[in-house]
Amino acid sequence: MAQFTIKERQAGDVTILDLSGKITIGEGSVQLREAVRSQLDQGKKKLLLNLGDVSYVDSSGIGELVSSYTTTNNVGGHLKLLNLTKKIQDLLMITKLLTVFQTYDNEAEAVASFN
Amino acid sequence: MTETVELSIDSKLEFVDLVASVTKSVTTKMGFSEDDASWIELAVHEAVINAITHGNKSADDKQVDVRFVAERDGLTIYVRDYGAGFDPSTLPDPTDEANLLNPSGRGIFYMRTFMDEVEHSIHPEGGSLVRLKKQK
Repeated sequence: MAQFTIKERQAGDVTILDLSGKITIGEGSVQLREAVRSQLDQGKKKLLLNLGDVSYVDSSGIGELVSSYTTTNNVGGHLKLLNLTKKIQDLLMITKLLTVFQTYDNEAEAVASFN
Repeated sequence: MTETVELSIDSKLEFVDLVASVTKSVTTKMGFSEDDASWIELAVHEAVINAITHGNKSADDKQVDVRFVAERDGLTIYVRDYGAGFDPSTLPDPTDEANLLNPSGRGIFYMRTFMDEVEHSIHPEGGSLVRLKKQK
């Protein structure tokens, strides 16, 4: 079973969360929600979620990405996505969420886009 | 030739991976492409999650029955719960502009997207039955 982990690092004032494993109803969703809320509580409002090592996402996981996005927006922050796998890109595309999220496949470009 | 695999799980999320393992075994044995196999796995996952959480309301004493029927022309999966049943036609379209930021409501949409046939019905002996079919 793929364990879900989140590692946090800073690139200037942008917080990058490196997600790894599965984001599903039983595993990653709650951890992702808590991690995003924790960053916002600390006043870190420029969030970049690196999904490159995410092996599997279900509809709950997609829903959690949406919740994270709206929660961040609601406090005046910005949440963007980095390194979408083909599967995640497909899931976002067919539910028209690629029109909602700003997505990047280059970390430096993604970080620069916040400023 | 028809081959059938059946399993029943308690309404616990920790058993969903078990269903995924069986799904993977069946699709591999049938020779589905890696892409098709992963979308079938996701569709079955969504159906089982719905059965546990919406159908059985995660009740300890209610099971989810999953039946895989492998035939020459494709794979049919039946997922049955023991809940009150629901009408999927009343679900809002998750791709509607007004619903894009809803945190839920995409599971059945994904099932319909990735499978060739998806049918919801009330089981004659109670509960909901979802039939998912993928052609080969």
